[in-house]
Amino acid sequence: MNPIIQIKSLSKSYKSGLHALKDINLEIMRGEIFALLGPNGAGKTTLISTICGIVNKTSGAVLVDGHDNVTDFRATRKMIGLVPQELHLSIFESVWDTVTFSRKLFGRGDSPQHVEKILKQLSLWDKKDDKIMTLSGGMKRRVLIAKALAHEPQILFLDEPTAGVDVELRKDMWNVVRELRSTGVTIILTTHYIEEAEEMADRVGVINKGQMILVEDKNALMKKMGQKKLTLVLDKPLAAVPKKLSKFNLSLSKDGNELSYAFDAREGRPDISGLLKEIDTAKISYSDLHTEQNSLEDIFMGLVKQ
Amino acid sequence: MNWRAIVAIFTYEMKRFFRTLFQSLISPVISTVLYFIVFGAAIGGRISEIEGVSYGAFIVPGLIMLSILTQSISNASFGIYFPRFSGTIYEYLSAPISAFEMVLGFVGAAAAKSILIGLVILATSAFFVPVTVAHPFWAALFLLLTALTFSLFGFIIGLWADGFEKLQIIPLLIITPLTFLGGSFYSISVLPEFWQKVSLFNPVVYLISGFRWSFYEVADVSLAVSLGMTALFLVICLAIVSWIFRTGYRLKS
Ligand SMILES: Nc1ncnc2c1ncn2[C@@H]1O[C@H](COP(=O)(O)OP(=O)(O)OP(=O)(O)O)[C@@H](O)[C@H]1O
Ligand SMILES: [Mg+2]
Repeated sequence: MNPIIQIKSLSKSYKSGLHALKDINLEIMRGEIFALLGPNGAGKTTLISTICGIVNKTSGAVLVDGHDNVTDFRATRKMIGLVPQELHLSIFESVWDTVTFSRKLFGRGDSPQHVEKILKQLSLWDKKDDKIMTLSGGMKRRVLIAKALAHEPQILFLDEPTAGVDVELRKDMWNVVRELRSTGVTIILTTHYIEEAEEMADRVGVINKGQMILVEDKNALMKKMGQKKLTLVLDKPLAAVPKKLSKFNLSLSKDGNELSYAFDAREGRPDISGLLKEIDTAKISYSDLHTEQNSLEDIFMGLVKQ
Repeated sequence: MNWRAIVAIFTYEMKRFFRTLFQSLISPVISTVLYFIVFGAAIGGRISEIEGVSYGAFIVPGLIMLSILTQSISNASFGIYFPRFSGTIYEYLSAPISAFEMVLGFVGAAAAKSILIGLVILATSAFFVPVTVAHPFWAALFLLLTALTFSLFGFIIGLWADGFEKLQIIPLLIITPLTFLGGSFYSISVLPEFWQKVSLFNPVVYLISGFRWSFYEVADVSLAVSLGMTALFLVICLAIVSWIFRTGYRLKS
């Protein structure tokens, strides 16, 4: 697979002096769904805005399908559709008019069939003649998506598409995104919902304080997530893990009061009953036991805290 | 050139105008009528003629220019300020359109609206006074150049302003006085010599003089000077706008 977007040493300093992007290097592959995760103020919107031409970069380069996004902006912008984070819409317009307007703004000829198709896909068809100000927040977000898709882009940026959207609508949007992907559209989305990245993305990037701190295949990440931990709360503290139990992957808490067994739930059956038998024979008594699962959330929080 | 985008922006802006067509036209018509009643009847009773033209007819070009100036500025400044204010500007910035195309759409629409209003005022005036246009070509040219120049100027204000008050302040503090002192309602030759000299620093004098000449062949300054100055203002505004787009001033952070 070859990259459709290449971001090379991209940096952005705002006039306030804030260094919002620091030497970002990233490649987005053709046809993938890429989830950009990061806490508030990490630089997700800044990164997207710089690629789309809304924010001026300070240094570095962005190539979209080989075209520079500044010197050859017509080629790059034609390929890109953007759904902004905020609900920026002309409220006096009708849904149909505003979507048609977007298509023309991107230099495309009239195509009522295409506009009809996306409005139906986004369940906006019965609202097509309604003024935007009469729509609910979730509906407005759909209108923004319809506008972004109006010119049939090959790349779609979704900046927090599901913020403030109920579960039903969120599922709908995921379906739309999957459908788009199946037609070859590359999708870059930002989100705060880890489960969204888990559910949707092929790859995940984590950005924090303007730096890309991790870019990984989702499945590789999920593997890390498969890690589980069984913890026993001991009646009497131990000084060390008993030799007899060394064949298990055990660790002892600092105060010696907790014994933990780490295992991968995906790789075969862990020998829990074997472990407990051995512990019995070693005459180690315990008052409580519990298991924990490493989630993407844990990995994410761990990364961001550093 | 992304002609579809230019046409889309132009049409969108004009649609706003036609949606409120009645309000858009009724206020210039009413103020024209009031000017005729107040200036025509009150002052016209004393000044019957200026350079061989009846006072009522004399003020018509000035009245039209007054509206063109104020309408161009307010249409264009509001046209670009509103998307900045509401955030919908993101779409223009992320679309495959150049700065020039964007200006063509927004400024073209603002100029077209004010020209329409100018023509309505001309038609209204014809009910009150005998209006003749000796040189329609020149009249149309001055109308067009002025509308474009001041729409560009309004566009600059709309980019510069960071609040609704600022949209109003320049027209109020600068443009209105300049138009009233620019010979809309009198010939600057009636002023004392010192004030005649001062008036020559007022760009509006050239616009009105040239425009009035194309009606009645009477002018405060020569046609060539009028035309040259009008073109100069247009070029200055174009230069400022192109600088704005090169730097992204107030559009991109
Ligand atoms: N126009 C601007 N001028 C100055 N600073 C800005 C501007 N826009 C964003 N910033 C700052 O840049 C940093 C990154 O902001 P950005 O909007 O990219 O974050 P984000 O990751 O999208 O956050 P969120 O999850 O809240 O949407 C923040 O500290 C923000 O305050
Ligand atoms: Mg954001």
